[in-house]
Amino acid sequence: MSQNSDHKNFKVVGKPFRKVDARAKCTGQTLFADDITLPRMLYCKILRSPEPHALIKSIDVSKALAVPGVYAVITGKDLPIPYGILPVSQDEHALCVDKVRFIGDPVAAVAAIDEDTAFDAMNLIEVEYERLQTITSIEEAIMVDEPRVHDYGDAGNVHKKVHLEFGDLEEGFAAADHVREDVFFYEGNTHLPMEQHAALAHFDADDKLTLWSSTQTPHYVHRALAKTLELPAAHVRVIATPNGGGFGGKSDPFNHEIVVAKLSMITRRPVKVTLTREEVFYCHRGRHPVLMKIKTGVQRDGAITAMDFETFLDGGAYGSYGVASTFYTGALQTVTYEVPRYRFKGLRAFTNKPPCGPKRGHGTPQPRFGLEIQLDKIAEDLKLDPAEMRLKHLVKPESVTANYLRIGSMGLGKCIEKVVEGSGWKRKFRKLPAGKGVGLACSSYICGAGLPIYWNNMPHSGVQLGLDRQGGVRVQCGSIDIGQGSDSVLAYVVAEVLGIDPFDIRVLTADTDLTPVDLGSYSSRVTLMTGNAAIQAAERARELLSKAVAEKLSLPEENLAFAERRVFDVENPEVGVSFAEAVVLAESRFGTIGTVGSYTPPRSPGRFKGAGVGPSPAYSYSACVAEVDVDPVTGFVMVERVWIGHDIGRSINPMLVMGQVEGGVYMGLGEALMEEMIYRANRNVVHKFPSLLEYKSPTTLEMCDVKTYLVEDADPNGPFGAKEVGQGPLLPVMPAIANAVYDAVGVRIDEVPITPEKVLAALRAKAQGKDARYGPKGVPAVDWQEPLKVLTPAEGGDGREMPRVAVHS
Amino acid sequence: MNGKQKAHIEFTLNGERAEVAFAPHKTLLEVLREDLSLTGTKHGCELGECGTCAVLLDGRSVLSCLVLGLDAEGRSVQTVEGLADAAGLHPLQETFADTGAAQCGYCTPGFLLVAKELLAHNDNPSREEIKEALSGNLCRCTGYIKIYEAVELAAARMRGEEMELPREAVYGLE
Ligand code: FES
Ligand code: FES
Repeated sequence: MSQNSDHKNFKVVGKPFRKVDARAKCTGQTLFADDITLPRMLYCKILRSPEPHALIKSIDVSKALAVPGVYAVITGKDLPIPYGILPVSQDEHALCVDKVRFIGDPVAAVAAIDEDTAFDAMNLIEVEYERLQTITSIEEAIMVDEPRVHDYGDAGNVHKKVHLEFGDLEEGFAAADHVREDVFFYEGNTHLPMEQHAALAHFDADDKLTLWSSTQTPHYVHRALAKTLELPAAHVRVIATPNGGGFGGKSDPFNHEIVVAKLSMITRRPVKVTLTREEVFYCHRGRHPVLMKIKTGVQRDGAITAMDFETFLDGGAYGSYGVASTFYTGALQTVTYEVPRYRFKGLRAFTNKPPCGPKRGHGTPQPRFGLEIQLDKIAEDLKLDPAEMRLKHLVKPESVTANYLRIGSMGLGKCIEKVVEGSGWKRKFRKLPAGKGVGLACSSYICGAGLPIYWNNMPHSGVQLGLDRQGGVRVQCGSIDIGQGSDSVLAYVVAEVLGIDPFDIRVLTADTDLTPVDLGSYSSRVTLMTGNAAIQAAERARELLSKAVAEKLSLPEENLAFAERRVFDVENPEVGVSFAEAVVLAESRFGTIGTVGSYTPPRSPGRFKGAGVGPSPAYSYSACVAEVDVDPVTGFVMVERVWIGHDIGRSINPMLVMGQVEGGVYMGLGEALMEEMIYRANRNVVHKFPSLLEYKSPTTLEMCDVKTYLVEDADPNGPFGAKEVGQGPLLPVMPAIANAVYDAVGVRIDEVPITPEKVLAALRAKAQGKDARYGPKGVPAVDWQEPLKVLTPAEGGDGREMPRVAVHS
Repeated sequence: MNGKQKAHIEFTLNGERAEVAFAPHKTLLEVLREDLSLTGTKHGCELGECGTCAVLLDGRSVLSCLVLGLDAEGRSVQTVEGLADAAGLHPLQETFADTGAAQCGYCTPGFLLVAKELLAHNDNPSREEIKEALSGNLCRCTGYIKIYEAVELAAARMRGEEMELPREAVYGLE
């Protein structure tokens, strides 16, 4: 399926074609959700809770309803059915029913003739609240059982607690020459897509609902609408509009989508909502703040003998993807360097803040930050070069890790070599003048989750091809372009197989009525999964065309080549037909030509409970060197340049890959130095700055120079060998910068963002002879349940949980 | 509209004479998008913080979310819709497409107009001058680098020079 062995000269793959939608995006013709209007359209405004944690005593909408131009006002009782992205966390209501859980939780909604009227009416809704004690931190959630933010979860305000153990840890630590224990904190931050979420619903004359929405997951929105509105799924159509940036922030089904659908059903008019920037901050689902403790044992040469990893996630007010996020904070530590024995404890807390969820790298940047800094400290303890130490202990390609992740291709070694050489690492590390420094870090990311979000045996991605007798090709797929170029990838892949021009292809995506299901633009799954599905569909079409052309030309099918809009004899290229003629021949012979392709990831070897998070058809790898300039007077960190090597497997379009790498480095830079989703330090849990001005993100003036190396080592599971690039390159940036700050001024900043205040505090501590470090002191004591134990493959394990031995006291 | 009188203005829009009536408190952004159906101009905050809504007013870039529609009376407004003409795309549009400078494309109209203003005053800007000129526009996708490259390429082409993207910008370093 993946066509790796086929080392022909690619005509499209590997070439820097424009994106198929490039001209539309550069002329303002791309229609984003808020750009769509329908006749008689009403505008929706959503009233949000000013209370962080409270019971709703009463809601009076009569004054709002009396405003001329108001067509409907709804509250929680109009939408009583809960929903949520994960089947295990159906804990949201489109409008809160009896309780609000954070400032910004939606309480009531208005549909009116224009936005001003809707806004005025919204402000006339009277809600009476009864305040509850707030849960403001991970520590508090662990300590305070009552009041509970939710009436489900593993204990009190603990949403989820997991404990997994792979192999005999104590034996592993006993075999170590050196053991380190470190604590790190990764502050939460948010996606901040430039486009605010917007949705337009139309319940039409046939009692059918259409929703246009800026969503990364139209399929899951489809399911949530059918459930909460009690409509047959067949009567619901979701069209995802091109996302003006997503980064994970548009991956949940959202309350505003359900609300406009309901308002349209009531008013029988189209209803649109566009969130304000402030509301986007309340939607959130961004990076979880994670506190972590890492204990790692190593031998003298830096070989890891055992790793014990503990994470604490501040989940905010709802489940969202949180259970998966929790597992992800413990999943991918094992896929870069050999970790023969591994234990993971993870805890997610409910607090009265906007819910956290998946942001670029989903649950893995936080542990990677801690791990890569700890390795830097270990290398220093052992007097080893951190690059050489890492290179020595890389995970082997085609192997299975202690926690049962199957590795395919593995290009991390080459990535490290490239950035070490390019950056002049050997000349610079520990040798630059005071204030200047370099740091190195590595990482890995999945190319799509191995399992779907709800349990089923169906493909994760489907593609349908239609061939037109004039030579046009239509590609239909449920995937949604969020800027990463997924529409273009579909066109490139199909064009390559059929030997046509990518711009001859009409790509039709993300419309649940017209396109086969693709699970969505998350977990870096789209290129690999839709790419493979598209190859299968295109190869099936090619087979039909080959048969018909071979018959016509009296040639064996194997002799036919497809290129330059022609089908021809490889030995005698002038003998052939045009692509359009080939379609005519095939249509005359077989009838209308349409084919389908689908993709299901391979089964992972893990069979234990929790084995569902982490497996992927392939893993991408990145290595990064950052060079910084730290001002000891102001504490200000300037990142001058980043060298980054990324193992892409194979670039379908190198120019788009470069753009993803640069964008990933940019976002990593923001997380490293300035981005933070934080709250005023009092019991009200008020968001500190829900605005684009006050939530600091890098402008052109802060963005660093980026030197990129693409490492191509085709992966057997990737389409033409391709792996992901949308998320992986962000991951090593934060720890590389933290390690560079240490190289520059000799202080450890063990948390992000690395702000001037923190650098100065650490420099002061250093000057006073104290611990030259800024970071958390420890982690809360938790009563962890007995671990679920799994023997590692090296110990002869079969991927199943070991039978629990009864302990007699 | 709560019975309020509409305002009425005449102005030049993308080189054409235009008239429009709208509620007088509306911003130029709202008038363009809602009353003139020119949705190419985007918004990211409507508070003057992101540059997404930039348009040219008498050739100078302004944040259309901070300008009243009434202020356009008698003046000349250019939006992304006016950049291309029958002869083809503006060189900046071509190079933004060629370099992949538009990922999600949401910030693109704003960047195009601010870059156009820059090139009108400086036909050969340095990388630093480009950064300075674009520093009021946020982009969350690209890390700005492909945008710089697109502006440099367009500037060269507008000066009549042959220029291609350096190999390292497309394929990375060897
Ligand atoms: S919309 Fe953000 S500056 Fe105008
Ligand atoms: S291309 Fe998406 S915000 Fe700039």
